[in-house]
Amino acid sequence: MADDILIIGAGQAAAQAVQSLRAEGFEGPIKLFGDEPYAPYQRPPLSKKFLAGEIGYDRVELKGADFYTQSNVETHWGTRVTEIDRRQKRILTGDGRGFDYGKLLIATGSRVREINVPGFELDGVHYLRNIEDVKSIQAHFREGARMVVVGGGYIGLEVAAVAAKRGLSVTVLETADRVMARVVDPIVSHFYERVHREEGVTIETGVTVAGFEGTDKVEAVVSGEGKRFPCDFVVVGIGIIPNTELASEAGLEVSNGIVVDEQCRTSDPDICAAGDCTSHPSAVYGHRLRLESVHNAIEQGKTAAATLAGKEKPYNQVPWFWSDQYDLKLQIVGLSAGYTQAVVRGDPESGRSFAVFYLKDGVLVAVDAVNRAPEFMMAKMLTQKKAVLDPARIRDEAIPVKEIAG
Amino acid sequence: MAKVTYVENDGTEHTIEVQNGMSLMEAAVKQGIPGIDGDCGGACACATCMVYVPDEWQGKLAGIETMEESMLDFCERREDNSRLSCQIVASDAIDGIRVQMPESQH
Repeated sequence: MADDILIIGAGQAAAQAVQSLRAEGFEGPIKLFGDEPYAPYQRPPLSKKFLAGEIGYDRVELKGADFYTQSNVETHWGTRVTEIDRRQKRILTGDGRGFDYGKLLIATGSRVREINVPGFELDGVHYLRNIEDVKSIQAHFREGARMVVVGGGYIGLEVAAVAAKRGLSVTVLETADRVMARVVDPIVSHFYERVHREEGVTIETGVTVAGFEGTDKVEAVVSGEGKRFPCDFVVVGIGIIPNTELASEAGLEVSNGIVVDEQCRTSDPDICAAGDCTSHPSAVYGHRLRLESVHNAIEQGKTAAATLAGKEKPYNQVPWFWSDQYDLKLQIVGLSAGYTQAVVRGDPESGRSFAVFYLKDGVLVAVDAVNRAPEFMMAKMLTQKKAVLDPARIRDEAIPVKEIAG
Repeated sequence: MAKVTYVENDGTEHTIEVQNGMSLMEAAVKQGIPGIDGDCGGACACATCMVYVPDEWQGKLAGIETMEESMLDFCERREDNSRLSCQIVASDAIDGIRVQMPESQH
């Protein structure tokens, strides 16, 4: 029987798992399958420095070219896995081949949510998820070009910031009444709207997209409210969907992500899953989470590797995220959902540096820190400890961050 | 090009060539050198790439900027000679540098 460990998907979680499997002492064969023609690379820079052209492929590639050969990993780039046959313990690829496994790691990540309105297929309507997407968007980057961004989330706003700096005319359309509504308090949303406007970006909230107009290529975005936004191209950033189909077709439990335990095991003991595609139990929050972040991918990659190598390294960390827009570094610790009080340290009305502490019945559950590294670092510790904080001490900037918990 | 030696907490050494302009964190992660995580990919956002830099090399590095200082200030295993390796950029001036990794980055 094969003792091969096969990894489906070649993103951040997969690359980490390869490294950790070897570090944990697994010496058997590892085979890595990715449907993109590239070795694993970092996605966060795609909407930041890579889009801006400040760094090239060599800087987003996660591992060096010789890493996989040195780690003795058989790589299959550009190879889509089409089926997991759990009975035969074998996977099938799009080119008709089969590979037996002893254990399997599903790290299939996520894909963009597509917009389904008339004109969606027009040239010039782009998404941003992979390197090829960035190349297509960059081809439009000319001073004065008109870009409409559909969706005022992280991706949309990061793309808007890069394009505005390049001298494009940028309009962001958001369905909700404020940007980043899914993840931050209105205080933070309004701060970002102000900064984007200061940088010359037009932000329109409460706008639903009804369709795209154009003959050969997109020429305008039309809203449900009847407004028309002329443009040269569009970038749609309305969220991502976990790639769970392979798992569900194989009969694994899937519910808003591939269901795993704290050891990254799926409902089949020989199969683990890691990264964006999973739903995992969080002891910190007391319920299941599906996270879309690098930190989650890396840490689950480590945990899954340990499990596959016959060890235990349970995953139980407070999530964190970051976003770079203009000179703003937003660092988020924790998940604010369900908070009962948002306490502000610093002044979000003017300037570009402040932090919002989210308390749930007095317990710190999350912090959004804008250009506030000390608050971010402190919050990492305090959220893990489920610290109870006094709002007055948070607000009082005369009290050093380190003494905020009293 | 700079030859860089990374010393793990248990004394294991890894010596690699790092091209000018690339950070010591990036080079370590690319080679899969254990002990440097670099979760954020070099955005100075996570402080999971701390290293100890011997005194004789300190003067050859660019100074610590506010962001790095703030992040280091909260690292559990910070010492006087701590730096974030994502902020140390390879150049001929640091050819031969040795850096040590802490027991853990978390």
